[in-house]
Amino acid sequence: MKITFPHMGNTYITIKAILEELDIDVVCPPKCSKKTMELGTKYSPEFVCMPFKLNIGNYIEGIEKGADTIFMLTGCGPCRFGIFSSLQKEIMLDLGYKIDFITSDRFSNIEGLKEFYNLLNKASGKKGVFKILNTLKKGLKLLDEVDELNDLMNKVRPREIKKGEVDHLAIEFENEIITVQGFKASFALIDEYNQKLKSIEIDKDKDVIKIGIVGEIYTLIENYLNLNVEKKLGNMGVESHRSTTTSKFVRDTLDFIPLIRSDKKQVYKAASPYLATPVGGHGIHTIGNTLLYKEQGYDGIIHILPFTCMPEIVARSILPTIEREKDIPILTLVIDEMTGEGGYETRIEAFVDLLNKRREVKDYGKAISWN
Amino acid sequence: MKIGIPRALLFYEYSPLWIAFFSNLGAEVVLSEQTNKRVLHQGTQTTVDDACIPVKLYHGHVLNLKDKVDYIFVPRIMGVSKGDFICPKFCGIPEMIKNSLTDIPKMINTTIDFTKTDKHFNDTIIEIGKYITKDENKILSSYDSALSEFNLYKDKLKQGQLPTDTNNINIFESNNRKIMLMGHPYNIYDNFINMNVIKKLRDDQYDVITPEMIDDNITSEYALQYDGKIFWNFARKLIGSCLYEVEKKQIDGMIYICSFGCGIDSIVSEIVERRIRKANIPFMLITIDEHSGEAGFNTRLEAFTDMIKWRHNLENNLSTHG
Repeated sequence: MKITFPHMGNTYITIKAILEELDIDVVCPPKCSKKTMELGTKYSPEFVCMPFKLNIGNYIEGIEKGADTIFMLTGCGPCRFGIFSSLQKEIMLDLGYKIDFITSDRFSNIEGLKEFYNLLNKASGKKGVFKILNTLKKGLKLLDEVDELNDLMNKVRPREIKKGEVDHLAIEFENEIITVQGFKASFALIDEYNQKLKSIEIDKDKDVIKIGIVGEIYTLIENYLNLNVEKKLGNMGVESHRSTTTSKFVRDTLDFIPLIRSDKKQVYKAASPYLATPVGGHGIHTIGNTLLYKEQGYDGIIHILPFTCMPEIVARSILPTIEREKDIPILTLVIDEMTGEGGYETRIEAFVDLLNKRREVKDYGKAISWN
Repeated sequence: MKIGIPRALLFYEYSPLWIAFFSNLGAEVVLSEQTNKRVLHQGTQTTVDDACIPVKLYHGHVLNLKDKVDYIFVPRIMGVSKGDFICPKFCGIPEMIKNSLTDIPKMINTTIDFTKTDKHFNDTIIEIGKYITKDENKILSSYDSALSEFNLYKDKLKQGQLPTDTNNINIFESNNRKIMLMGHPYNIYDNFINMNVIKKLRDDQYDVITPEMIDDNITSEYALQYDGKIFWNFARKLIGSCLYEVEKKQIDGMIYICSFGCGIDSIVSEIVERRIRKANIPFMLITIDEHSGEAGFNTRLEAFTDMIKWRHNLENNLSTHG
């Protein structure tokens, strides 16, 4: 059995390490690329959201690399994610691929966790409770560290003296992490790059613009899909922070377990004046995090969603009110397979210019760099 | 007191229940006009641009009730039975309305959420009724009698009558060819937005079957055959009806009407299409949005119905020269 899985940002690092630790053969699909998108778009329903299409592309590319089993999460809720796996399975089988499809309910309750455990136990040749729980615990830690490394990059990039150093390290890291196996090597590599990032020469006193990125989780963390928005912002001298990460998402779903903490309550509370109940996906997180970013003094918000994303459309109709009432600029970017990079970049640049002017008006009473 | 009900979204599913309930309580029920160009235009102008057409129409219908009523009934529907979910836009519709429209009457935004338990069913009913009267017994008895009226209405649907029909017809006794019209109730029964597809098919001597004519229990049972958990109420109904028809083979063709950008239809129409094609039943997917070019629609419909006729008359002996 050779397992492949769909990509979602940096999550592959953790999934790969967990499966390797349990001695399960794993085939990591190539990073999302234009080819992935073309394959996915060709075989997926027309109006389905981008994550679905990229998943299909990943499966096909994973199978080309020798996988015979696909692992995918499933679930249940207003967002269509829960029904992804069953339709994807039908599509893959109709295409003539002879594959197994293993799914696991996303672990929002005890039964879901048990099912996931049984799955891993079977696939790993009965490794036992202790080994598996320990692996998952370490996996969670790895998830955190990968996200922290990304946060650090976003902090350093706008302040670096020699432009391009962080980008260079980021590419190097990606090339190396795919070659190492298991937790020990992964942790060591992350540590190494943490040190390297910290030793980059930076302008400590630089007064940078801060932008919070909110929106649908997959689009937010899959850099191919969001056209490297963090990198773009960083190179424009903007510090960005993404509100939703895989580690936060996992914590959100697991927080019924006493020892695992999440900021779900805080986010829901912040959102409550504008949106009273969760509307599936990350709709309520978009609203809550926008308000939290405002409180933390961020200069602007970028809202990213894939075209036809249902929860985010609800959020999108609320955001203009927040923008008006809380005086925080919000840029909404809708992404699908037709998104062109040029127009996208122009909008982000214009938005950053606007934020710079706002900063000047705030500091000096007028915009001084107006031309 | 005047209660306004927008003639959109779940109106086409539950209107007899809601109208009877509010009338029994002594309120005057005001419905928005039938969908027309003005409603569509106002809705399109005010709603966030990537919303689907039914949600835009809902905004238009709410605006249509402006200045006419004391309260507008805009419930927040999270799910109507255990383990069920619904499109996120239904969960957030009160907020969408509040943030997109200004100067509208007060709204009745009661949350209808039976996804985990229906223990608070009566509380939900009372919460809605409290806007009109304080008498809890009256509210519950009004609901009960409205419900029995609604059940009679549902029985009529099962005999082949459409919610939009006024006279009694029983299509299961006629010998006409039958076309199944699939889609959300607010797409297949709103005759403005679907360009009168039902009338056009009937004029062409076809009987129209819709998912509402099949009992909920039957569709839920058939939906279980589908591999994978179907958690949306609408999806279960549609996939269940599809699998039922695949087995019964009583239809000559299927037309699926979906709205542009509909999240649920994007999945369900694909599942249905794959199943129907495997069963060798003619299938056509029509996507509707705010554009109202009727000619193209008619052409596709005519081609589809002609094809069904040829299929029966000529089997596969079609000339390649047309």
